[in-house]
Amino acid sequence: MTTHNQPVIGKAVNRVDGPLKVTGRARYAAEHMSERNPLIGWPVSSDTAVGEITNIDTTEAERADGVSAVITYKNAGPLKPFSKPADESRFTQSRAVLHEPHIRHFGAPVALVIANTLEQARYAASLVTFTVKGNAPDLLTSFDDAQQKPASLDGGFEPDVTSGEKPHDDDIRSEIESVYTTPSQISAAMEPHATVADFKDGKLEVYCSVQIIASAVEALAITLEMAPEDIVVQSPYVGGGFGSKLGLHYDAILACIGARHVKQPVKVALSRRQVFYNTPHRGHSIQHISLSSNANRELTNITHKSAMPKAKGYEFAEATGAGARVTYKSQYIESTHRVKDVDLPLIDSTRSPGDAIGSLAFESAIDELAHKANIDPLTFRIKNLPVVHPMKGSPFTTHNLGECLRQGAEKFGWQHKPSPSEGKVIGHGVASAMRMNVLVESSADVEINAEGQVIVRSDMTDIGTGTYTILAQIAAEMLSTPVENVIVKLGDSRFPASCGSGGSFGAASTGSAVKKACEALTQKIMATLPGEYKNARLRMEQGEFIVTNAPDNSTASSAKSALLLDVVDKSAFPLSATGSVSQDDTSDQEQYSCGAHFAEVEVDTLTGEVRLLRQYGMFSAGQILNLKTASSQIKGGMVWGAGYALTEGIHHHTDSASFVNPDFGEYHIAVNRDIAEVNLDFLEEPDYAASPVGAKGIGELGITGAGAAIANAIYDACKVRVRDFPITMDKVMLGISDPQQ
Amino acid sequence: MQPFDLHHYDHSTPLNSLPLTDTTRFLAGGTNLIDLMKLQVETPNTLISLAKWKEANAITQDEAHYHIGAMVSNSALAKFSHDEPSLSLLAQALLSGATVQLRNRATTAGNLLQRTRCYYFYDTTKACNKREPGSGCSALNSMNRIHAIFGTSEHCIATHPSDMAVAMIALDAKVNVKNANNDTRQIALREFYREPGDTPQIETVLANDELITHISIPKSRHGTQYYHKVRDRSSYAFALVSVAAGLTLKEGRVDTLSLAFGGVGTKPWYPQSAIRVLEGAELSQEVIAQAAEAELSHAKVYGSNNFKTTLLRNTLVRVLTSIAAHQEKHPEHEGALYDHA
Amino acid sequence: MATLRLNGKDVSLPEDPRTTLLDFLHQHLSLFGTKKGCDHGQCGACTVIVGGERVNACLVFAFQLEDCEVTTIEGIANDDALHPLQQAFIERDAFQCGYCTSGQLCSGVSLLNELKSGDPSAVTYSNRASLKEDISERMSGNLCRCGAYPNIVDAITDVIALERQ
Repeated sequence: MTTHNQPVIGKAVNRVDGPLKVTGRARYAAEHMSERNPLIGWPVSSDTAVGEITNIDTTEAERADGVSAVITYKNAGPLKPFSKPADESRFTQSRAVLHEPHIRHFGAPVALVIANTLEQARYAASLVTFTVKGNAPDLLTSFDDAQQKPASLDGGFEPDVTSGEKPHDDDIRSEIESVYTTPSQISAAMEPHATVADFKDGKLEVYCSVQIIASAVEALAITLEMAPEDIVVQSPYVGGGFGSKLGLHYDAILACIGARHVKQPVKVALSRRQVFYNTPHRGHSIQHISLSSNANRELTNITHKSAMPKAKGYEFAEATGAGARVTYKSQYIESTHRVKDVDLPLIDSTRSPGDAIGSLAFESAIDELAHKANIDPLTFRIKNLPVVHPMKGSPFTTHNLGECLRQGAEKFGWQHKPSPSEGKVIGHGVASAMRMNVLVESSADVEINAEGQVIVRSDMTDIGTGTYTILAQIAAEMLSTPVENVIVKLGDSRFPASCGSGGSFGAASTGSAVKKACEALTQKIMATLPGEYKNARLRMEQGEFIVTNAPDNSTASSAKSALLLDVVDKSAFPLSATGSVSQDDTSDQEQYSCGAHFAEVEVDTLTGEVRLLRQYGMFSAGQILNLKTASSQIKGGMVWGAGYALTEGIHHHTDSASFVNPDFGEYHIAVNRDIAEVNLDFLEEPDYAASPVGAKGIGELGITGAGAAIANAIYDACKVRVRDFPITMDKVMLGISDPQQ
Repeated sequence: MQPFDLHHYDHSTPLNSLPLTDTTRFLAGGTNLIDLMKLQVETPNTLISLAKWKEANAITQDEAHYHIGAMVSNSALAKFSHDEPSLSLLAQALLSGATVQLRNRATTAGNLLQRTRCYYFYDTTKACNKREPGSGCSALNSMNRIHAIFGTSEHCIATHPSDMAVAMIALDAKVNVKNANNDTRQIALREFYREPGDTPQIETVLANDELITHISIPKSRHGTQYYHKVRDRSSYAFALVSVAAGLTLKEGRVDTLSLAFGGVGTKPWYPQSAIRVLEGAELSQEVIAQAAEAELSHAKVYGSNNFKTTLLRNTLVRVLTSIAAHQEKHPEHEGALYDHA
Repeated sequence: MATLRLNGKDVSLPEDPRTTLLDFLHQHLSLFGTKKGCDHGQCGACTVIVGGERVNACLVFAFQLEDCEVTTIEGIANDDALHPLQQAFIERDAFQCGYCTSGQLCSGVSLLNELKSGDPSAVTYSNRASLKEDISERMSGNLCRCGAYPNIVDAITDVIALERQ
């Protein structure tokens, strides 16, 4: 049986969850179970970075108005120690807190106050007194301070690699050696992490804000020493994740500990300041880059060395050198990574681990070399593009970076700079983007019920990525039914386990699972059809599924149609099938999404203020599943890139290993006015070697390279090269007034 | 948030019937006080809500002054001053601050009395002489990008964050207060704020029982006016450096000058040394640079805010040369340098 | 009994005077459309309309709004019909995760009125004024980490054009 598919995949379909979101009816974690009147849990946070609690007094807090309980390590109940067992992935290990007197970092929870209202809980928390006998915290203070080779890097990259032969003097006509730094950063999803938990009759029901459901269940089971079958986790709407909600964090553990203790539903919704300490952030980086090119402006050396902090007891390190390894061919390529264990809150994935900050430095350095070698930075990049993987020699499934750069430059108007107004200069910048693509095990089931509705189920999440919509589109096209007839249910641990949202792999992986589920479902239906419906096709007409036993455009005499309901017994409904993808569904060739970023900026020559005029990008990421939502994803990444280039950075108070600016007042994400024109185009070429739906990741492609294009535009405008991100105006101003700096 | 006793004040309430101690706070809009109370940086035992004090919500004027009620919202004041060419500086300053949402609640008096946004003032785990006298100043040897270069002491270098106050300093506003005995007095805004010295917890000359009733701004020509705010993002951020300036020229020389700096002082900064150099002078890049140097001779830098000296100098040059050029072309001009109303 | 008027209906003020309007909506009325993004007036996710003006619900005590008219996202449209700006948001994909969206919409609806009233903005005094820049400035009190800013501005521009017809 075939399906006659009306093309829906790729179309700019409006988000199916749009009406809920624009009317404020989409429910996020802290908004669930309100009819059960959850008690409010407010964490008491350590004011010392690392040490042991020597004394903790909760008596006054316990006596305060409305307080049900105050939980500390003394009464939190059975918990598996933090990060145990060591051989589980970090998303499935114990994430216990309140299980020992040891304080791992500033802001770590030392107690949980549970009360009727937020005001009661928050005030009572201020009545808890405690003493921590602290030790001097370990922090990464210089490049050489990072001596440890990480066991592995996010994305599965090897920490240290080299290829080719180091260049001799004849191979070096131009060279640069620069040190770049990027600051600590944080995902800052608009929805602070929050969890509501209810423990009833040994069963745990949890609503939280998480990107990956299946591992959340495992993490809770391990942490609370429960059976996973006794836990249900739901996260139907996530107010932004960006890596910070890949795993479960302290809010979830605290809420569950609380619910278990008071035997009533408990809600822990972190304050914005608490998010900085109780959930992960991205560590700062120090990147030593040396590049050289020969007389023909061919790259002869790319050496990238990275130093970053790693949170003690938490195995995560990012591959800042990934871009250096794959973007350009070079006679010699070397990339190394070193880390140092530090006493800071968790350091984990933040949008585009590795590439977001690696590209800031590397693509700036490439520009530096281009200028040194006296060649246009765009031409230089195009000239040095690889055909196969520059280090491994293996082929790419698709590789359109050259076209993105060439066509992108045309559309952007690379050669045409507007005239600046008085006291300003204008510059153009370019940067390449390469972001690895993977397919991850994922499952979904698709059902047709007796009412003719299609229902898709998966524990997959929609974190703003548009999952609800693209899965509806895929099912709609596969089953020839309108998108409105497809109901997508997500974010429930009782549904088939998916890969979750992260690493830009969600859409392609789960989308492919849905595609396969639809294929399996149609095959299943075929198997139940009577003999005369051999070669039948299934489609929906006037709200009813019908089967027709001939391909379309056949003559009336041989066509035979019937309602699906008439040829399949009603007791067989709902008809459903599960689809799964695995590594068998993806090529082992090199897989990357790629793109070219362009930026136009205006710089004030007196104050150094940078104003973004235009951002443009051209991207190649296989089949685009929904032009509207995909464009939004990319634009969102480009806005992040602007923030990374110009405004974002967590400042450290080193004595206390705490943060100076843990709130939105002083951690500056871009505001609306910071962003001007943002445009993009996709170079579409479905990549079926990457996934059955032909799509590749885009969630992290938009941020990779966006900031560097801006940095390069700033240099083009005023000849100031700032190597310490973010490029705030004082750095530009001082560079203009003192070019020797 | 610490529990508090709530009282209400309106026009008919005798002030002396209210508990006006040092743990009492008047609640105007609340956009600063509630923020601080949630963090327990402010822990009043008594709150006196001014929400019902409708009489303070009016803007009036007589021959010599504009009178702005204490409870007039920042957005209402911005709209009013936008329509008065000689108050353009005030409108520009107000509109550069915060957001529409905050300006709709923030009040005139509340804006003047808002507390610093120093990171360590806000962080109750950090030593802060303003929050806890005698505990130390965490900003001195740590990140201090947003901190002051004028009016500092070894006890406190926190910046006053208001834009409106800077414009009002330039316009020589007066603060009218009344106390529990119904005595009234008027204090020049230029004398209203106290530098931290060794008592950074005392920020103004107000007594515990004094309530600001209205602000008076003398009517005067201010010429071409420009409030230039330089900050780390294009909106919704405090000034790193701001310059409020209004200028008229007569025969090529400075005739009237209104000038104040923001983002650089422990209080909104009235740059007397710079003004002395500029008054009556023929404006040139050199004279402006001299004026900047004269004022900057009082400046102290603390490590992460060293750039503010250059930034202030450059911003002053930008502002004064722009408005002087405009005055030269349009000698009788009264209003904003740029106005696209 | 002290009340405020919420989406056209009188509701009694909460007993604890420390209760902000935002927490009142959530804890007492189970009205979750208004979102808590920072609780300190630094993000705008909790923007609601009070007396026809947009404010951050997290920085006002419920008691301060006695006898005031409060409109939340739940009151922006009539019954199940969408406000033109809500429809424009859907068409322009002016949201992704949706968490800041209620605040963006309350701000946007207010902005349309502010423009009609001739309320000035910082862009009124900028040397580079344009409608888009003005809208961007007026919407800068609403953070969006998903980066939907350009689409938000487009949606608002669409409705302005629609209203001018």
